Amino acid sequence: MKKVTAILVSALLLMGMLAVLSGCGGKESAKQPAATEKVMKVVTEAGFAPFEFKESGEFVGFDIDIIKAIAEAEGYKVELAHMGFESLIPALQSDKADCAIAGMSITPDRQESVDFATPYFDAGLIVAVAKDTEGITTLDDLKGKKIACQVGTIGADACNSVKEKDSKTTVRTFDTIGEAFMELEKGGVNAVVNDYAVTAYYIKTTGNDKTKMVGELFSADDHYGIAVKKGNTEMLNVINDGLTKIKASGKYDEIHKKWFE
Amino acid sequence: MTQVVPYTFGFNIIEKLMDIHGFEVVANNFTSFLMGALITLELTALAVAFGMVLGLIFGLLKLAPQFKIGYAFATLYIDFFRGTPLFVQILLLYFGVLPIFGDIGAFTSAVIACSLNSGAYIAEIVRAGIQAVDKGQMEAGRSLGMNHPQAMWYIILPQAFKVVIPPLINEFIAMLKDTSLVSIISVSELTLRGKLIYASSYEPAWVWGTVAIIYFIMTKLLAMFGDYMERRLATE
Repeated sequence: MKKVTAILVSALLLMGMLAVLSGCGGKESAKQPAATEKVMKVVTEAGFAPFEFKESGEFVGFDIDIIKAIAEAEGYKVELAHMGFESLIPALQSDKADCAIAGMSITPDRQESVDFATPYFDAGLIVAVAKDTEGITTLDDLKGKKIACQVGTIGADACNSVKEKDSKTTVRTFDTIGEAFMELEKGGVNAVVNDYAVTAYYIKTTGNDKTKMVGELFSADDHYGIAVKKGNTEMLNVINDGLTKIKASGKYDEIHKKWFE
Repeated sequence: MTQVVPYTFGFNIIEKLMDIHGFEVVANNFTSFLMGALITLELTALAVAFGMVLGLIFGLLKLAPQFKIGYAFATLYIDFFRGTPLFVQILLLYFGVLPIFGDIGAFTSAVIACSLNSGAYIAEIVRAGIQAVDKGQMEAGRSLGMNHPQAMWYIILPQAFKVVIPPLINEFIAMLKDTSLVSIISVSELTLRGKLIYASSYEPAWVWGTVAIIYFIMTKLLAMFGDYMERRLATE
């Protein structure tokens, strides 16, 4: 018994020491760039490939490259954090982050709560169905059907607008778009309404043999913007300035090419 | 305007409160919150009901090492469902295992996952309860000419039931809170409704505050029911 206690205690002490040591190490390495560079705290929802997702533990994607390029042009160091999509705007409001880049469409509703920088991407919505589905081509065809979307997205707004027209429609809302696609694959819903680029990327990479896109892009006046806290003009100017710079330098086109061509 | 609400301190309180955006959000969505609470209750009641059946079966099996297969199966079941997170079990069952058996709805999947999880905990509660009953009780039953199952059913289990009420209510309360996890598979219980309202209103304090209060009221009522049962069954 004594032996066991001794081992446990020493293990705990060791863990405590390691924590302290790694804490020190972290602080030191963080100190160095802080002397020369300012930090930009960025929040995103890393489940939205190809805009933002995680690959071997690192944030990657179109949005990630864009925000890093902007920060670089403005002399900032990016600190990324993941959050549920519905929590991004509250995180800005409570000063937990400086800006949010998450394939976020600029909508009047959101503009009441946050300020958006100049749009950096033009997007639209598309309906995705199972490969053998016939007879669904437009949003109106989804009336009375079971449809899936991601919480807080404009795809969700589109789904709710269908439900308003026909109350027999079932709208299933998931935390990430991946779960909505899984639900479509297992036949739990008839369609997924989501941003075109993400759905196209999903079908290209994983859902090729089971899923297809139907009909035309809609809600085509949909633009993605980087959000900052309402009234935070300082950060807004930094982002707009950086965005102009990377568009002028060709860096933007380079990133666009990397992810969409 | 018709005067529905009484004026106090010279102004209409409800009208003043409705000026606060967060209050307006909560008031406008109040039925949605209550519907969500109802689904949470339904899910919890079903999960604990099935969980009690599973728990009784596996708890008894766990007490009978002489039935090797049953004992091994019960051990495996309890270890797995107690040793992995409910969150993972919900996702595994809904997206991984249950689709093999056809199209099973999200609510049914949620009930299955929560029941299996609850059953594992209740099995251990049942085992502890039975072991807490004095050995002499079984011997007394047997000496009255009862066989082992009879003595178990008529003598041991009623006494064990009284012992397990507090941990059972505890499990009930824990399950009620844990059902919030099924929002991940889009069952529109209280937490998912909170998430949806929060996603369009960005009023974290008001929305999550309301959700917390509703959960608290439900668990408090359960705890009070537990106290009442304990008092009713008290022998001294």
